[in-house]
Amino acid sequence: MKHIISVLVENRFGTLNRVASMFSARGFNLESISIGETEDPEFSRMTIVTRGDDQIVSQVLKQLNRLIDTIKVTDLTKQPHVERELLLMTLKLSKTTQHEIFELINVFKGKVVDIKQKSITIEVIGSPDKINTTIDIFRSYGIRELARSGAVAIHRGES
Amino acid sequence: MPASGQKLNGSEIFFECLRRENVEYIFGYPGGALLKVYETLYDVKDIKHILVRHEQGATHMAEGYARATGRPGVVLVTSGPGATNTVTGITNAYMDSSPLVVFTGQVPSSLIGNDAFQEADIVGITRPITKHNFLVKDVRELASTIRKAFYLATNGRPGPVLVDMPKDVLNATCAFEWPETVEIRGFKPTVKCHQHQVEKAAQKIAKAKKPLFYIGGGVISANASEELRELAIRQNIPVTMTLQGLGAFPGDHPLSMGMLGMHGTFWANQAVNNCDLLIAVGARFDDRVTGKTDTFATQAYIIHNDIDPTNVDKNIKVDLPVVGDAKHFLQTLIETMPKEHEDRTPWLAEIGKWREQCPLVYTNEEDSLKTEYVIDEVSRQTSGDAVVTTDVGQHQMWTSQYYRFRKPRSIITSGGLGTMGYGLPAAIGAAFGVTDRPVVLFCGDGGFMMNVQELVTAVHYKVPVKIFLINNSFLGMVRQWQELFHQEKYSFTDLGDSNPDFVKVAEAFGCRAMRAENPVEAKKAITEALAWNEGPVFVEFKVVKKDMVFPMVPAGGSISDMLLERLNPKTMV
Ligand SMILES: Cc1ncc(C[n+]2csc(CCOP(=O)(O)OP(=O)(O)O)c2C)c(N)n1
Ligand SMILES: [Mg+2]
Repeated sequence: MKHIISVLVENRFGTLNRVASMFSARGFNLESISIGETEDPEFSRMTIVTRGDDQIVSQVLKQLNRLIDTIKVTDLTKQPHVERELLLMTLKLSKTTQHEIFELINVFKGKVVDIKQKSITIEVIGSPDKINTTIDIFRSYGIRELARSGAVAIHRGES
Repeated sequence: MPASGQKLNGSEIFFECLRRENVEYIFGYPGGALLKVYETLYDVKDIKHILVRHEQGATHMAEGYARATGRPGVVLVTSGPGATNTVTGITNAYMDSSPLVVFTGQVPSSLIGNDAFQEADIVGITRPITKHNFLVKDVRELASTIRKAFYLATNGRPGPVLVDMPKDVLNATCAFEWPETVEIRGFKPTVKCHQHQVEKAAQKIAKAKKPLFYIGGGVISANASEELRELAIRQNIPVTMTLQGLGAFPGDHPLSMGMLGMHGTFWANQAVNNCDLLIAVGARFDDRVTGKTDTFATQAYIIHNDIDPTNVDKNIKVDLPVVGDAKHFLQTLIETMPKEHEDRTPWLAEIGKWREQCPLVYTNEEDSLKTEYVIDEVSRQTSGDAVVTTDVGQHQMWTSQYYRFRKPRSIITSGGLGTMGYGLPAAIGAAFGVTDRPVVLFCGDGGFMMNVQELVTAVHYKVPVKIFLINNSFLGMVRQWQELFHQEKYSFTDLGDSNPDFVKVAEAFGCRAMRAENPVEAKKAITEALAWNEGPVFVEFKVVKKDMVFPMVPAGGSISDMLLERLNPKTMV
């Protein structure tokens, strides 16, 4: 099963490497990892997407906790949370496809960030599932290049 | 002691910090990146620096010292090759949870990343094999980093910590401040066990008809042997130990069942298979212990106490996890256990039958020598009170079977990593730490050559280690597997033609040396060696070539697949 894990870490040189190499050394699946500074520059927040059965995920959480540079490890999977990913994608553009592409961008609530005669670059934000669907749908128009941020996630605020 | 706020350079701060950590010995080797440190060291009199002959030797020595004393071992090596030479020793300490603090010199900060002369990314290299590591970028952070390094190495589950110190940091000056407290946000080990879990454990233990203690090295590093002894005897519960756990419970007590696992005793393994309650303390269900996991202790309710939560449910799913310090766990059990418990005499009788069915035996012949005899005899002559170090191989497993360890911190051996070459330096390190008990090394003829250079260190510092070389002219343990599982193809394991004259080698290093080829000579040589304490003494025991360690559970097999004797008897050579 897919798990999304939020990890508060020391904002320090080498922390990302420690986390990533722990995953590879122990043979854990690492689907995506993203990291950025938090409201407090001493800390960064990592969002990790991994897959595994309960036993494996419980080991993942414990091994993450065991690293000295991790401060708080939370499995968001079963808690109310918001999960988003950014997609940047350059598509081939032609007179015949132009219209459909623009319509689809609207459907996916995307934005045009750059446009040239024969290509268009768009951004889409959404859950990783939505991003997957977006890519599938646009595939037939010819994807020149794409980049995904990996998921970032956060607890839903209190009411 | 310099007052707080006094201006010192990095090297002076380094020694000042070691002083505050009560460091007695540094095992080290100089080099370019450490010139300033060695300049300062020249006038340091209160901390003893032991000059090794290879940096791997320094790490094993520091670990031998740490395991014998319970205090962190300290290593000091230069950048590049000095640092990379410590990798095996650090990994060994990591696998066996030994507290080490390794200081490496580094090229000047301005050159880091430029492939500078003797630059190695030792922080990157050692990330997966240290509990934590640091690169000190500013002299003002040196003292607090060293403080943290010692704290991390010795608290929670012990382990190696590395501190990389660039040359310019060691030269720079700043006001010295010793942090009185340590605050590491991401490191809060659970020391106190959850009361509710311990109470549950107590109830299970009281009700068990066939309980068994499965004790690992964690009981020794937590200094919890006294508590274990009290609890086991009070509750009449038999105790089996892992290789690193030997000595946690007295081996000559009727409740001691010796070691379990691959080369464990028949009765200990039978007990694991048949117990209704397994109480694992400070042990990690290593594959050399469990064999095939789905046939391990299938009848048992399993309680697992460990300070490291990642050890829980890692290899075996347990019924009752209790995270926390072993001493706290056992002490709380003693306090909460009801006095009444199930009658364990039938269970102990059952175990007694297994013990009679398949005892540990060997035959002695007049004109040839068996390793088992040598170890048995050393055990007798030292009354099981020596600090015994081993290398890796058959002699190591026989040591676990035939030396009757009576006290904790008595076996110092490479368990998790199985590092040949560990024994000699570890013995030397142990002998620096322990001076009121004999320090004995059992070493194979293969492994001895892997850190033979440290004989110089032993001779130079007059370290009274008893070096007992078990020369079977083979990489014996590999030979055993070749015989049992690889069609007797003795591929590159016969050292008979290539081994040097070991007695001459030892003498060339300036070490007193003897040879023994039969039981009578062996007994005499052991007595002589144990009586002589002017420096190291070396005895080569020329033992039979083709002996095998039994019982043996083949790798990945179930305990019930245990081989009790050789399959194809071969004539002894
Ligand atoms: C550094 C290292 N290399 C290889 C091995 C694999 N190995 C395990 S036991 C063994 C044989 C050891 O032979 P010896 O030192 O003579 O001891 P014996 O088994 O004969 O008692 C070998 C090669 C190892 N454990 N460590
Ligand atoms: Mg040998």
